[in-house]
Amino acid sequence: MAQGSVARKVPDTIAPPGKLTVTLTVNGVERKLSVAPWTTLLDALRDHLDLTGTKKGCDHGQCGACTVLVDGRRVNSCLTLAVMKDGAQVTTIEGLANDGALHPLQQAFIEHDAFQCGYCTPGQICSAAGLIAEGKARSADEIRELMSGNICRCGAYPNIVAAIQQAMGQMGGKS
Amino acid sequence: MINFQYARANDLADAVRRIAADPSAKFIAGGTNLVDLMKMDVERPSRLIDITRLPLKTVEETADGGLRIGALVPNSDLAYHPLVEQRYPLLGSAILAGASQQLRNMASTGGNLLQRTRCSYFYDTATPCNKRDPGSGCSAINGLNRMHAILGTSEACIATHPSDMCVALAALDARVHVAGPAGERAIAFTDFHRLPGHTPQLDTNLHPNEIVTAVELPARGFAANYSYLKIRDRLSYAFALVSVAAALELEGDRIKEARLALGGVAHKPWRDPAAEAALKGQAPNEGNFKRAADVLLRDAKGFEHNAFKVDLARRAIVRTLTQAARGTPQSQSNKKIV
Repeated sequence: MAQGSVARKVPDTIAPPGKLTVTLTVNGVERKLSVAPWTTLLDALRDHLDLTGTKKGCDHGQCGACTVLVDGRRVNSCLTLAVMKDGAQVTTIEGLANDGALHPLQQAFIEHDAFQCGYCTPGQICSAAGLIAEGKARSADEIRELMSGNICRCGAYPNIVAAIQQAMGQMGGKS
Repeated sequence: MINFQYARANDLADAVRRIAADPSAKFIAGGTNLVDLMKMDVERPSRLIDITRLPLKTVEETADGGLRIGALVPNSDLAYHPLVEQRYPLLGSAILAGASQQLRNMASTGGNLLQRTRCSYFYDTATPCNKRDPGSGCSAINGLNRMHAILGTSEACIATHPSDMCVALAALDARVHVAGPAGERAIAFTDFHRLPGHTPQLDTNLHPNEIVTAVELPARGFAANYSYLKIRDRLSYAFALVSVAAALELEGDRIKEARLALGGVAHKPWRDPAAEAALKGQAPNEGNFKRAADVLLRDAKGFEHNAFKVDLARRAIVRTLTQAARGTPQSQSNKKIV
């Protein structure tokens, strides 16, 4: 290829693959989905299951707005291919409340005014639920460090840390 | 994202067979880097071979007192593994200095080794990049090169390897176990990644159709005197401008053995036997640490926006060796550097 050329090799056209069947248990309910291989878990949740609480921010794993729990662990759903999670348990923000009672983290976020616009909040709360389950954060410094994958452009960080500390105390380290 | 086929590998032999059958297929495990690069149109595989169901998820002690880490062990599990915390705290510290907890939960051990550079021109398909499009030129050499390399660069590429974990693995003399159509082999960690030279499209010395199966650590873990210091533009969740992994074995008032590896400064984790030899038998003091830093950085060369890295690296090396010698490793949550 000539120097300075930025022409890109385009692979031979391939037939679009058929959709694949994936079974996910989402917020305790088994759901069968038919998805293309390139459908992310985020798009599957929002566009296939109408669970729009999980937010698309950067769509590149940099902001944390898409954070959900997969088999109890927090992950970026925007970088997760739905087909790869066949058989997994997924918990989204819609699945945290128990019989109409807010999850301790949801209640604490309200009490501490831990958001302004609210767009990052579902990801913050799911991430915090994962953090509490991991049991590695004790101090405020450790909470800040282990929540660094969730960006809040309104800058509610001090109140987010306070809300997590409150919920962590109430939950005794269990999510 | 482009359309692609998806297949799940049933076992190791099946994975190797499937990758060999399709030259433009790629393995996927955690996907944290690959899916991102596919969204950016930088990686365009025809097929993804999902290896996440392969039995490569255990951390096991080896007969000679070392540790064998399966390629699919998530980064977070590895950092918090009791044997890593006890015997190889340098590795745990380096892992926790990288990415976010969500990404560490997803990212695999093998994938961490194989992640690609975060050079912004590599990601921007509208610009020339020899790594993405060989022969097209390097936009970074005369571009915005604040994040780029100061050691081992070539006229073709000044990208850095972005991993923190790999810096610790290089310092700890890890070995990479791989399997391929020709069987299995092990590669010394410092021989796994390449310098860019004239072929910056090749990040590693993996042969075509080989798969990383495990990373093995020798018995010596330097658990008493180590530190991992990462200097970056944000306090957390940012790639290194310079990072230093230091490990010392002290005997009386002398250094019996020293390990020093740098991240954020080269196309691979940078280790220099001459700098480590300069410390051997010496007293662990600032003067000797400065001399070792000068040896390590003797060929360092900055570009328009990253010349500051040479002095930053020198100071970071001295600080990290001091932390290691004192037995006061850098905390990855309290960001104060003491």
